[in-house]
Amino acid sequence: MMKSFQGRVVTPGNMTAQALVSHEGLNTLASFQKALQFGDKKATCGDQNNTDLYGKQMAGRALCLPRTIGSTTGGLVLYCACSMKRQPACMLFSEPIDSLAGAGAILADVWLNDVTMPVVDSLGEAFLEYVKDDMTITVKEDGVVEVG
Amino acid sequence: MIKYKMKLSKEQEAILNGSKGEVMAKVMETMIRYGELFGADRMVPITSEYNHLVTSFGLKALGPVYDLMEKLIDAGCVSSQKFTADPRPLDRNVPSSFIQNIVFNHFMYSKQDFYEDQLGKLGLLERDAFTCTCYMDEVGNAPKPGDILSWSESSAVVYANSVLGARCNRNSGIIDLMGSVVGYVPYFGLLTDEGRRADWIIEIKTTEKPEAQLLGSAVGMKVMEDVPYIVGLDKWLGELDEDARTYLKDFGAATASNGAVGLYHVEGITPEAVQQKKALLKENPNVYVIDDAELKRVYDSYPVIWKNKEAKPKLCFMGCPHMSLNQLVNWTEKVERGLKEAGNEKVVIPTVFTAAPAVLKKFEETPYAARLKKTGVILSYICPLMYMNNPLSTSMPVITSSNKLRTYTSARYYTDEEILEQITR
Repeated sequence: MMKSFQGRVVTPGNMTAQALVSHEGLNTLASFQKALQFGDKKATCGDQNNTDLYGKQMAGRALCLPRTIGSTTGGLVLYCACSMKRQPACMLFSEPIDSLAGAGAILADVWLNDVTMPVVDSLGEAFLEYVKDDMTITVKEDGVVEVG
Repeated sequence: MIKYKMKLSKEQEAILNGSKGEVMAKVMETMIRYGELFGADRMVPITSEYNHLVTSFGLKALGPVYDLMEKLIDAGCVSSQKFTADPRPLDRNVPSSFIQNIVFNHFMYSKQDFYEDQLGKLGLLERDAFTCTCYMDEVGNAPKPGDILSWSESSAVVYANSVLGARCNRNSGIIDLMGSVVGYVPYFGLLTDEGRRADWIIEIKTTEKPEAQLLGSAVGMKVMEDVPYIVGLDKWLGELDEDARTYLKDFGAATASNGAVGLYHVEGITPEAVQQKKALLKENPNVYVIDDAELKRVYDSYPVIWKNKEAKPKLCFMGCPHMSLNQLVNWTEKVERGLKEAGNEKVVIPTVFTAAPAVLKKFEETPYAARLKKTGVILSYICPLMYMNNPLSTSMPVITSSNKLRTYTSARYYTDEEILEQITR
C-alpha cells in the first residue's frame, strides 16, 4: 500500500529511488570518507557504528534518516559526495534538518550546477517507522514523499 | 529570482544582487539559504577579531573543496578576518610505520602543501596557526564575551559559547569560511538569547570530582543538541581558573562529539550562568541526575571495536582537543610519579601528547619540557583524529582518554588514571 508523507523542502527536486533506511543518525564523515578516499562509486557506508547502513551502497538510494551526527566537517563531506556524483538520490529526514546536513545540501544546490539531490525534512517519526529498505520512494518538488 | 523571507540590509541585498561579483553573490546566497533553514530573520555582522576553520587537512578525497576554495581565491573573495585552523594531520615526530608514512604522505594527505598554500591566500593568521584550541592564551584567538563568530570546530564552538560567552552556531566546514568572506552570519540558534536558554538541568551528585571526558560524554549522549544547565559541578571546580578552563575544554569537547552540544552553562562558573543564574532555564526543563553509578554505566557502555580486545596497546594519544600548558605541566609530574612508583624510566607504550604549536613553544621554555622528554613521551601538534582516520591506523590498538577520539575512531577510552597506569607500568 502506498503511503504519503508531507515534509519541508530543503532543496527541491523530483526523484524516484529505492529506500535505504537508518534509524540512527548518519555520521557523514565516517560513512562517506572511505568511499571518497578510495574511489568507491557506490559510496559503500564505512561507519562501523551504524548497524543499519554499514557495508551498504548509499549512492543513488533514497536515504531515509532522522538526522546527521558527528564531525562538523559533515557539510563539506556531503558537498564532496555530491560533486563526485556519489551522493544519495535524495535525503529524507524524519526530524528537522541539522545544521551540518543543511549546510551540505545548500552548498551542493548553490555551487554545483549538474547535481540534483532533493532533500526533504520534518517528515515525522511515522515516516521512519513505516519506510523499509528497498521500498520505492518518490519525492515530489512540493515536499510530498510517497512510499510503497 | 528566489524571494527570501529574511530581511536584508541594503548592503546585503546589493551583494546578493552582484555588487561585489557573481562569486560573492553566491556566498551570500549560501549564507541566506542556510539561515532560512533554521528560521533566521536577518544576517548579523561577525564581530570577533579572528575566525577559526575546521578544515586543516589536505585530504586527497576532498578535491571538490579545494576547487571551491580556488573559485573564491580567483574571485578575490577571501576572508575578511585572519583565521586559525584545526591541527595539521601529519607530524614526523609521531610514530608511524613505513606503510603508514607512504599512505599518509603520498596518498591520503597528498594535497596538504597545496591546501596550506590556499589557506595562506584565504587569510591564515600565520604559518603555524593550526590547533583546535585556538582560544588558548598562547595562540591568541580568544573571542570576547558577546562576540559573533563564524566558527565550526565543535570543541572550539562549545568552548567559545560556554566558557568565553561568545555567540556561535554549530556550523559546518565551508560555512565557517563563507561567513567570514561575506562578513555576516544568519541570526538564529545560539546567537539568540532564547537559543541560549537551557532545556535541561544536569544534577551532579558524584562522590568525587567527575572525570571531565566521562561527564561530558554522559551529558552529550543524554541532551544531544540541547543546552544543559549543570548544577553541583562548581563544588568540584571552585572558580573559573586555569584548571577549571582545562576541565571545561575536555568536558565540552565530549559533549559536542558524543552528542551535539554547542553551549552549556555551569552554575557559579560559566559567565552567563554567573550573571543570569537559573533565569537561563526554560520552563519545565528535563532533569538528568549523574551519580557514580551513572558514570560507570556510561563507561561500561562504550563498545571496544579492536579486533583483538586483549591486544597490547601500540600507541597512546593524549590531547584531543589539544592539551593546555597547565595540562602538559601536570601530566609531566603525573608521568614522572607513575614511572617512579613502577620502577621504570620511560613510558612502556609509545605515548604522544598533543598541543598547539604556540603552547608547545611556551612549554619548551619551561624546565618541564626536558623532564617530560626524559620520560619518553613525544610532543606533537598533530590532530590525533586525522592520524587515526584511515584503515591502517584503525587496525592499530590505540588508547586515549579523549572521548572525542574514542567516538570518531577505533581508539579505546580509559580514564586519566587508567591511562597513567598503562603507560607507566
